[in-house]
Amino acid sequence: MALVELDNITKSFSGIRALSGVNFALQAGEVHALVGENGAGKSTLMRVLGGEMRPDHGTVSINGEPVRLTGPIDAIRRGISIIHQEMALAPDLSVAENIFLGELPARIGWGELRRKARALINRLGFDIPPGALVSELSVAHQQVVEIAKALSREARVIVFDEPTAVLSMGDAQRLLDIIRNLRAEGVGIVYISHRLDEIFAISDRISVLKDGRNVDVVTPDKATVDDLIRMMVGRPLSQMFGEKPPTTIGDVLLKVTDLDLPNGVGGVSFELRKGEVVGLGGLVGSGRSEVARAIFGADPIRLGAIELHGKPFRPRNPKQAVARGVNLVPEDRKGQGIVLDMEIAKNMTMAKTGPVTTLGFFRAARERKVVDGLIQSLRVKLGHPSDPVSSLSGGNQQKIVLAKWFHSGGDVVLLDEPTRGVDVGAKTEIYSLIHRLAAEGKALLIISSEHAELFGLCDRVLVMGEGRLRGELRPDDYSEENLLTLSIGAAAQDRQEALA
Amino acid sequence: MTDDAANVGGHRATDSRAITEGRLSARRIFAQFGTFAIFIVLVLLASTQSDVFLSERNIMNVLRQMSGIGIMAIGMLFVVLTRGIDLSVGSIAALGAVSSALLIQQYPLPVAIGMVVALGAICGAISGFLVAFLRLPAFVITLAMMTAARGFALILSNGQPVMPGADGAPLSAFGTSFTFGFPNPALLMFALFAVAFLVLNYSRFGRIVKAIGSNEEAVRLSGIAVSWHVMAVYVISGALASIAGILVTARSGVGSAQVGVAAELDVIAAVVIGGASLMGGRGGVINTFIGVMILGVIGNIMNLAGVPGYHQQVYLGVIIVAAVVMQHGTSFLRR
Ligand SMILES: Nc1ncnc2c1ncn2[C@@H]1O[C@H](COP(=O)(O)OP(=O)(O)OP(=O)(O)O)[C@@H](O)[C@H]1O
Ligand SMILES: [Mg+2]
Repeated sequence: MALVELDNITKSFSGIRALSGVNFALQAGEVHALVGENGAGKSTLMRVLGGEMRPDHGTVSINGEPVRLTGPIDAIRRGISIIHQEMALAPDLSVAENIFLGELPARIGWGELRRKARALINRLGFDIPPGALVSELSVAHQQVVEIAKALSREARVIVFDEPTAVLSMGDAQRLLDIIRNLRAEGVGIVYISHRLDEIFAISDRISVLKDGRNVDVVTPDKATVDDLIRMMVGRPLSQMFGEKPPTTIGDVLLKVTDLDLPNGVGGVSFELRKGEVVGLGGLVGSGRSEVARAIFGADPIRLGAIELHGKPFRPRNPKQAVARGVNLVPEDRKGQGIVLDMEIAKNMTMAKTGPVTTLGFFRAARERKVVDGLIQSLRVKLGHPSDPVSSLSGGNQQKIVLAKWFHSGGDVVLLDEPTRGVDVGAKTEIYSLIHRLAAEGKALLIISSEHAELFGLCDRVLVMGEGRLRGELRPDDYSEENLLTLSIGAAAQDRQEALA
Repeated sequence: MTDDAANVGGHRATDSRAITEGRLSARRIFAQFGTFAIFIVLVLLASTQSDVFLSERNIMNVLRQMSGIGIMAIGMLFVVLTRGIDLSVGSIAALGAVSSALLIQQYPLPVAIGMVVALGAICGAISGFLVAFLRLPAFVITLAMMTAARGFALILSNGQPVMPGADGAPLSAFGTSFTFGFPNPALLMFALFAVAFLVLNYSRFGRIVKAIGSNEEAVRLSGIAVSWHVMAVYVISGALASIAGILVTARSGVGSAQVGVAAELDVIAAVVIGGASLMGGRGGVINTFIGVMILGVIGNIMNLAGVPGYHQQVYLGVIIVAAVVMQHGTSFLRR
């Protein structure tokens, strides 16, 4: 008997079908993966399971018994825990409070709570102070808190909705180990991811959704990555990373010398040239995002010099950076990338209103044309451009952030996890857009925890570790191992030197 | 592939009708037209209660009475959209009333008016600077400005009503006469609402103001000077409050420092009845106008029905809660 069973689930949003008669079953002690393109309906299906949305039709059964979930609390009581793709933490509460939110005892023993929180986090292989405010954490650590929260409830069913999108390889591996342990304990696990290698590594069964319908359920030994992609996208993908069109690498556009930041990142020097795609690799927390944010003027700079087009550049805020043609696609899309309640179209034109306004007033027709063009080139799946961004699936929200900056059209584009949560098909589109920007003579700096992405995309990869730039990899040296050695190995050596 | 592109590459033309139909779900209608429905119900109710209510005289009266609140509500809407609040509008109106009565005795009317509006804008700029650049809480800062501006008005007027005498005649003439059958103050309010509508819905400034209330950080990281925009809404609010004060002097012929006591509460009530969220990002100009009218009609019916003043306050409180529950309550009733 299935632990939970979703039968013939249908759900529409303002006239658009997100799910049409979807079936899904989960056994105890099984990892059941759910894959599909952005907007296929994966998260929506799980929201139905989590009692957050009521389906228009269809039934949810737990242990073979049809139930009518009255809300998320009801689902949690019945042992269903969901780790959300769009994190739902209270930013001003501490890590410990967030983990035990909703089940805080009437009299809170702080010491006890923190001890328990620390134990949970350690079990995940991380070290995050339980007293820290969530708003101070990196996105990756926030994700860890989300996971710890689900674990604390001792759920019988745990849904992981793209848990590794913000984690680096090593951290993701550790998470997969934890999932294996949970499975051994008889927990039923739903695993959603766009990283297909993970899917094959962890799952017992794989369900494919497309346009809100079941395509098939397969086992990993009976299918290949290509089969899966064909089922998801409806066509085979020729080449993941595509060919970079012949691009002449030109003059230095951005030159960073001995950048030193108040948050402990320092000694960073590098150059970006016209037409170059440069990767910035390293573990989460190695200071990659901090470097990008500082160059963009989002965070203060302590020491060091930046030159843009050969002239000194010291942005005090993002406005100055954008004015000089430096753009940043931030890592935290919900908090920093988009205005969720605002219309899709308005989000897209926000960073550059000049071409679509006259004397500060918008020209509807012109804006519409720009927006339609962006929607086409990024293949955004949406209802209507005047719907709020919150109505989009996670991956499509990411495309809106990208669209905003592609429209802005700066010469130096810093991309922090640009394909976070984006499906395989759309990833290839984004890669070809990146190549196109490079061919147009822009300089791109790409931060990604998916190292394969850096290797496939970049002309060279800078490697950071513990807030320092450790070195650089050329295409001939591209390998996971080399990258990690540069990032961690050097750090370990440092520590030894410090001890000696 | 072609099938694919049609589905993914954008909104489908054939679907757009289905989408708009879907959009007219009960909840959406309520969010959009809820305020208007409340207004209509109130008007129908009022007309059954009193024959006088729908008379032209009475309607014009309500419009004139509400013009000051209405003008201040425009500024408050902008402030509230950025997730702020401006408690100083009533006091700035008093400052406007007193200083206009004083300044028209010394300067030509347009110059005097310009100076008074600038004074209100400066008050707003001070609050705005502290809120936007020093990140101090708007509630506290504008509370301080509320006290200070009222005190300033009392100092300027020596605590006595200021009589502009013959110099005040042109202003009084404006404040008490009609154009196209409408009282001038009401026409000014209409005009300002129209401008606000255009600014909020079609300008870059309006769009940014709304966005700041929803996600300030995302706006900042889009390369937009958030602080200047936040400061600007307080400047607008101060300037409009000043205009509201001038209108009181114009109507009454006297500049009093007692103008607009507790007006900020009516103004906030009007904005909230109009469906704006004090959490920022949500609210519209037309709905705010209707919110102002709802407030006016409620007061008017109770006056016409002879409800005693103290009772009126209690009813008003109840009605505000009811209106807001109808506005926002649908989201939790839906579960
Ligand atoms: N609250 C909502 N209002 C309107 N439409 C919605 C809402 N939530 C989801 N949708 C729509 O339902 C469809 C399925 O969305 P869902 O979030 O389930 O996709 P997903 O498979 O999780 O995609 P991703 O891989 O990008 O996370 C999308 O077309 C989306 O636009
Ligand atoms: Mg999703």
